[in-house]
Amino acid sequence: MKISESWLREWANPSIGTNDLVAQVTMAGLEVDAVEPVAGEFSGVVVGKIIAVEQHPDADKLRICQVEGHAEGMQQVVCGAPNAREGLIAPFATIGAKLPGDFKIKKAKLRGVESFGMLCGQTELECGDDDSGLWELPADAPVGTDLREYLDLNDKVLELDLTPNRSDCLSVRGIAREVSVLNHCAYNPVVIDTVAPEHNEVRQVSLDAGDACPRYVGRLIKGINNKAPSPSWLVEKLRRSGVASLGAVVDVTNYVLLELGQPMHAFDAAKVQGNITVRLAQAGEKLELLNDQTVTLKPNVLVIADEQKALAFAGVMGGKASAVSDDTTDILLESAFFAPIAIAGRARDFGLHTDSSHRYERGVDHQLQNQALERATGLIKDICGGQVGEVFSAVNEADLPKPAVITLNKNRLAKTLGLRLEDADVERLLTGLGLELVEQSDDAWQFVGPSYRFDIAIDADLVEELARLYGYDKLPTRTPVFANELPSTPENAVSLRGLSAALVARGYREAITYSFVDPKVHAHFTEGKKVVTLKNPISADMAEMRTSLLPGLVQALKYNLNRQQTRASLFESGLVFECGDADSADIYPQSRRIAGLLYGNRQATAWCHAKEAIDFFDAKGDVEALLAVTRNSEAFSFVPSAQPASYMHPGQCADVMLGGQCVGFVGALHPSTAKALDCGKNTFVFELALEALLEGAVPAFNPLSRFPAVSRDLALVVEQSVNATVLETAISQAAGEHLKAVSLFDVYVGQGVPEGHKSLAYNLTFQHAERTLKDDEIQQAVDNVVKTLAEGYGANLR
Amino acid sequence: MENLAELTTQALKLVAEANELAALDHIRVEYLGKKGQITAQLKSLGKLCAEERPAAGAKINEAKVQVQDAMNARKADLESAAINAQLAADTVDVTLPGREAERGSLHPVTHTLNRIEDIFVRAGYSVEQGPEVEDDFHNFEALNIPSHHPARAMHDTFYVDDRHVLRTHTSPVQIRTMLKRSGPLKVICPGRVYRCDSDLTHTPMFHQVEGLVVDKDVSFADLKGVVSQFLRTFFEADVPVRFRPSYFPFTEPSAEMDIQCTHCKGEGCRVCKQTGWLEVGGCGMVHPNVFKACDINPEEVSGFAFGMGVERLAMLRYGIKDLRMFFENDLEFLQQF
Repeated sequence: MKISESWLREWANPSIGTNDLVAQVTMAGLEVDAVEPVAGEFSGVVVGKIIAVEQHPDADKLRICQVEGHAEGMQQVVCGAPNAREGLIAPFATIGAKLPGDFKIKKAKLRGVESFGMLCGQTELECGDDDSGLWELPADAPVGTDLREYLDLNDKVLELDLTPNRSDCLSVRGIAREVSVLNHCAYNPVVIDTVAPEHNEVRQVSLDAGDACPRYVGRLIKGINNKAPSPSWLVEKLRRSGVASLGAVVDVTNYVLLELGQPMHAFDAAKVQGNITVRLAQAGEKLELLNDQTVTLKPNVLVIADEQKALAFAGVMGGKASAVSDDTTDILLESAFFAPIAIAGRARDFGLHTDSSHRYERGVDHQLQNQALERATGLIKDICGGQVGEVFSAVNEADLPKPAVITLNKNRLAKTLGLRLEDADVERLLTGLGLELVEQSDDAWQFVGPSYRFDIAIDADLVEELARLYGYDKLPTRTPVFANELPSTPENAVSLRGLSAALVARGYREAITYSFVDPKVHAHFTEGKKVVTLKNPISADMAEMRTSLLPGLVQALKYNLNRQQTRASLFESGLVFECGDADSADIYPQSRRIAGLLYGNRQATAWCHAKEAIDFFDAKGDVEALLAVTRNSEAFSFVPSAQPASYMHPGQCADVMLGGQCVGFVGALHPSTAKALDCGKNTFVFELALEALLEGAVPAFNPLSRFPAVSRDLALVVEQSVNATVLETAISQAAGEHLKAVSLFDVYVGQGVPEGHKSLAYNLTFQHAERTLKDDEIQQAVDNVVKTLAEGYGANLR
Repeated sequence: MENLAELTTQALKLVAEANELAALDHIRVEYLGKKGQITAQLKSLGKLCAEERPAAGAKINEAKVQVQDAMNARKADLESAAINAQLAADTVDVTLPGREAERGSLHPVTHTLNRIEDIFVRAGYSVEQGPEVEDDFHNFEALNIPSHHPARAMHDTFYVDDRHVLRTHTSPVQIRTMLKRSGPLKVICPGRVYRCDSDLTHTPMFHQVEGLVVDKDVSFADLKGVVSQFLRTFFEADVPVRFRPSYFPFTEPSAEMDIQCTHCKGEGCRVCKQTGWLEVGGCGMVHPNVFKACDINPEEVSGFAFGMGVERLAMLRYGIKDLRMFFENDLEFLQQF
């Protein structure tokens, strides 16, 4: 809402300057976003009148004007404006004037003709957007008067960013009321006289939409001259509120909207067939609006209709067919109350937003319609003449909003604010806002809310009003004291922070990628998944909710590769989304994941390393480090993926198992996927269900043995297809109870090992808790291992 | 016997000239060994009379000790020189970088969230989380934002279907917490939120932290106290905090909290649009309708809630100028945190 300070001060004029006023209303909850001067900085500009015009002898586009307005009499001015004509009244910058941009007006010669000053347009004075020619001032403008004085151009525009609850402040009337309460100063509403009817032609109004429209007031004004220009005070006030002048009748309705907060509409009465009905639209009903848009209405939309058709999209915009034009002589003025719920969202459904819909959907004073109609009538009659008809109206009292009756408990007020306000202050502040004090006792008041406050219904609303009027900054501040119970603290809980720290320690950088991903990238990762799609994505490449963290990480990798990075270790944690069964309780299952991506050489180029490309075991090592944070690594196992995802390398992908469940995977991105996504070869990724990692183990102590450990090495040749984990498990089982540890220390393929085979070298450590082991015990265990592996896996000693 | 002095002098000279341990060994054999020249002098004792023998023997022994001592000293010198030479040879350029010192980093949003959590958790708050695809009830209805409420227009909501949205704030977690837990509450709810808005100062996804305190007799004064203390703690500065009346459907009274511009210290600059203040979040007393939606009797308890934009706090704290950098994941950006 834009409002000129001088207009506001006509209604409430506190003895504080602009800056203080701005700070005051901002701190009262009416945030002032900007304060702008209504005109550029200029001086020495007066109201001038062109007395005579003749063509410049040497320039087609220049005219030589004799201009009145200077104290020393007629001045000759050379002017290029197309509308320079005899009798025109326009701003006249005299010799010595200073225009915006520090532009000084001096005596000049234009193509050999002397010019003493300059006639100005709106844009040259920064007083508007019209750059078509000279600014045409009204015929009655006092020639010779300083323009700033004449048009009150030292005024400022306050731009208020109002919260949606304060529809009452979408008018001069409402803001002035606030200012008067804040400053204890007089509130001077405009005096609205009832205009006596000069004829008795009326239209019947039927309210067929129940509580959507409980009041409709109208009047016919006949024989107006809509070509009459709007007076400059009206045009200026509209301009300062950001509203363009469009003709007298429309200007008046806009003016009343700004002044009182009542949206009004004027129909060309000649185009309204018979009586008026306020009803819901029929499905498919079409209406061409004032902005040339033709809308197909739905039955949740309220319309104003005559006996044949819908005339207007009620509360939003008038129809083109019944619009007022320059030639209109008879108008039907409408002033109605539409319920917020009946208007809310309707304009937006059609991509519309108007000053009218903005107010109606937030709430218009339901007692204002007759007053507003009289105000508009008076102004139209003043400007356009015409014969005023009788007011006709239809009202369903029962459907009008009921006044709120609110009991405010004094103790509750004091407890909520942490401060006891004086009774007299409470009463002054609330009655100043228009509330009526109807009852009072020692511990409570009863107030009735005003018809223009749709946000006052319960006692908390009154507490808020008092708090903001008293001043949030003056209310006390206190450090609360709470009872602090010690929270339950499970020792086996693993924190995301701990997991992240493990990855950070291994060189990973945390990424945060958007939860919505590009369907084209996502498609590589969604095999067999039901994807959640946004109905209104911000762009086509952010339309799907990720089913995996990998698309985001891959995109981040690509972003960095495009910026000359050659290595990357990235991880992210967050939710992934899928569609569940429509009839299940969990329609959109969301689960937390932690995922990583590894690309490039193992180490940054350094003096102490050869360049080595990463492989599967780098990524697996990182996952193992992550699992180790749980202190429960043994519970997890890696198995070759039985059905690796299509985007994974089938020969380099392991499922991570916990308790028989697959909780994630690690491996190489499929080279075809990497190529399709243009994100670099040899990329390794992992993704794990975060929930599987959040429950760890509490350490349990094992006694230490004081007796020597004995170790034996075994190099076993097996077929390539035999997995190391399987072999190791078999060793552990065959080696007996004294085996303390087994570790794989070499994997060899090549000379000395038959084709299709590999040699695995294990170190076995034996130890007894209470005695030294004997050689033959150990030999027996080793023999058993060799025998078992030979029988079970065809393993030969190398 | 006249030989002895000469031999001793000779041996000492050779010791002094020896440059390696092997040479010393050779001298030892030559002069002090069983067949050594000084040792051989002992054989000549037999030619002397009994009275002369002890003195002559002592002299010879004295010479042996003298040479042996010289040899020991020379040996120590040579050994020490050898060690020094080895150390000199082993000297490295200690200014070369160490091996594999590379460390990763957390995202600045995570740093900021961790910091906020740490501050509140120390004061006994617990951390709650909730879903990001949220239903209409938790994201709007229960927060006193019925359908067609004008406040819904403030939210630029992403819709998944008619009844599900991407949560526009973390407030639904408050609802879930109040429905789940009874009694006094002190929680913070950090997480991702989504608004259908994208320009220089808006990203369609960002992070919020909300706090909720519910107890008997919680007042607006407590809210002001907690929020101002938090902001001062977070910024590690005695920064002025301002509460400005505002409107949120789920709180009443509602306020926006501003801190004095960290850039110009309140003088007015481009960062604060000449106002001297920076908006950092919203807060207010929990609206009675919100309590009712959570089956809590607003006559029995009261509460306050506050919410802050995490990226906003991170930008102020770390001096990040461009919001969009948070989600580009440029390694050069990430490695600064």
